Amino acid sequence: MEKEPSIEKETKEVLKEHPELQVQIVLPGEFLDEKKGRKVGRGAFFEGEKVYAKFLGVPRVNEYEVNVLPLSGIYLPNIGDKIVAFISSVEVSGWFVDINSPYSAYLPLAEAVDEFVDTQKTDISRFFDIDNIVFCTISKVTKNKTIQVSMRDYGCRKLLGGIVIKVTPQKIPRIIGKEGSMIKLIKQKTGCDIITGQNGVVWLRGENKTKAIEAILTIEKESHTLGLTEKIEKLLG
Amino acid sequence: MIEIGHKSDVKLVIDGKRLDGRSSNELREVDMKIGVINRATGSALVRFGNTVAIAAVHGPRELFPRFLQQSEAGILRVRYNMAPFSVDDRKSPGPDRRSTEISKVIRSALEEVIFLEEFPKATIDVFVEILQADGSTRVTAINAASLALASAGIPMRDLVSACSVGKIDNQLIVDLNGKEDNFGETDMALAMQGGRKNVTLLQMDGVLTNVEFEKLLGFAKENCLKIYELQKKTLKEAYKRD
Repeated sequence: MEKEPSIEKETKEVLKEHPELQVQIVLPGEFLDEKKGRKVGRGAFFEGEKVYAKFLGVPRVNEYEVNVLPLSGIYLPNIGDKIVAFISSVEVSGWFVDINSPYSAYLPLAEAVDEFVDTQKTDISRFFDIDNIVFCTISKVTKNKTIQVSMRDYGCRKLLGGIVIKVTPQKIPRIIGKEGSMIKLIKQKTGCDIITGQNGVVWLRGENKTKAIEAILTIEKESHTLGLTEKIEKLLG
Repeated sequence: MIEIGHKSDVKLVIDGKRLDGRSSNELREVDMKIGVINRATGSALVRFGNTVAIAAVHGPRELFPRFLQQSEAGILRVRYNMAPFSVDDRKSPGPDRRSTEISKVIRSALEEVIFLEEFPKATIDVFVEILQADGSTRVTAINAASLALASAGIPMRDLVSACSVGKIDNQLIVDLNGKEDNFGETDMALAMQGGRKNVTLLQMDGVLTNVEFEKLLGFAKENCLKIYELQKKTLKEAYKRD
């Protein structure tokens, strides 16, 4: 019987025919381009007119910006990020949440609950208790990294049941795919509810979650290879 | 006892070749790998001949105790440690005067290149273990730590490359092994930013004239650049599609 060609082999053949598909990688301190009045992104820094890469990643140089997209690292919060967070402590009028970052964030009562709550008489742990999982948005980040989150945005809620896995935050866009194609595929094939937080925390609920986790971890591991969608399709059957 | 900077009776150069058969400007066999520790944010293993160093980077992460936190910038903590089995006689485990000093100089060599101001109140922890020691351990540790920091995605101005140079029998040599380190006339450790060529560590034991010093420094810089190229190659290869 003829053996099916493996995805790895196919990648090699494709790269031989189209060497331009080989992703260019830059290292810290590597020269990217002249600034020429363009915006310098978070992944780059400039000295005089010259722009250099700040960390290991894929360069993005176009007519508007000079930047580097990271390939590894931890999550640093930005305003507007949608994240999956864990309640780490309950205070008098809010909660401290663990956002899978070096900094913990504060969720004020007013940003979490619609109804009026008399904090003198109510223990707010009846809304969220320690270790509860919430889907929320980063609403404030100060220079000294004091962070506030909010649950006023569309889709923000307490996540009940299910399990949580952590992946490299930089791989989340690959897990979601172009216009959500990859995550849609996993949801369709496994029938799971999946929520991906930009902080690298993924929440899953459903019967086939083991399969979904396997798929997500495969994407994380092989995010830089070609033909990943086909591989995931094959894996999920 | 051998006094620093004085000639010893041990023959280190025989017929123009060093004890391990190398010529004066030849590095030992170099091996670099990244991603060797799964639980760390970034890690690297560097081998120069019989000297092996493994480095792990954790963080940036929240810094405890809280009074050490700085609201303007993060801090870098480095621990250099030699395994008890890394040397011929068993080394008693735990920190000592030497490893505390080396941890400090590695920290200052790396601190210069990291954008610590991006992580106020946080810490970046670097742990370097010497698994096998045969001279030049501090420069091997710096090379490993620099690779581990880059693979952890820490924002940096440049990669740091380091090498050791020295003088034996009036000959300038690079990448000293254990015997050359112990019985040579002079040894010098140099770390520099590969791209912008700024020196971040310079230590020397022994006696040199001004002219010799200049010559040795130039020789060390030349060899640091060779190591810088190897580091770049290692990082690029690791993320290559194949």
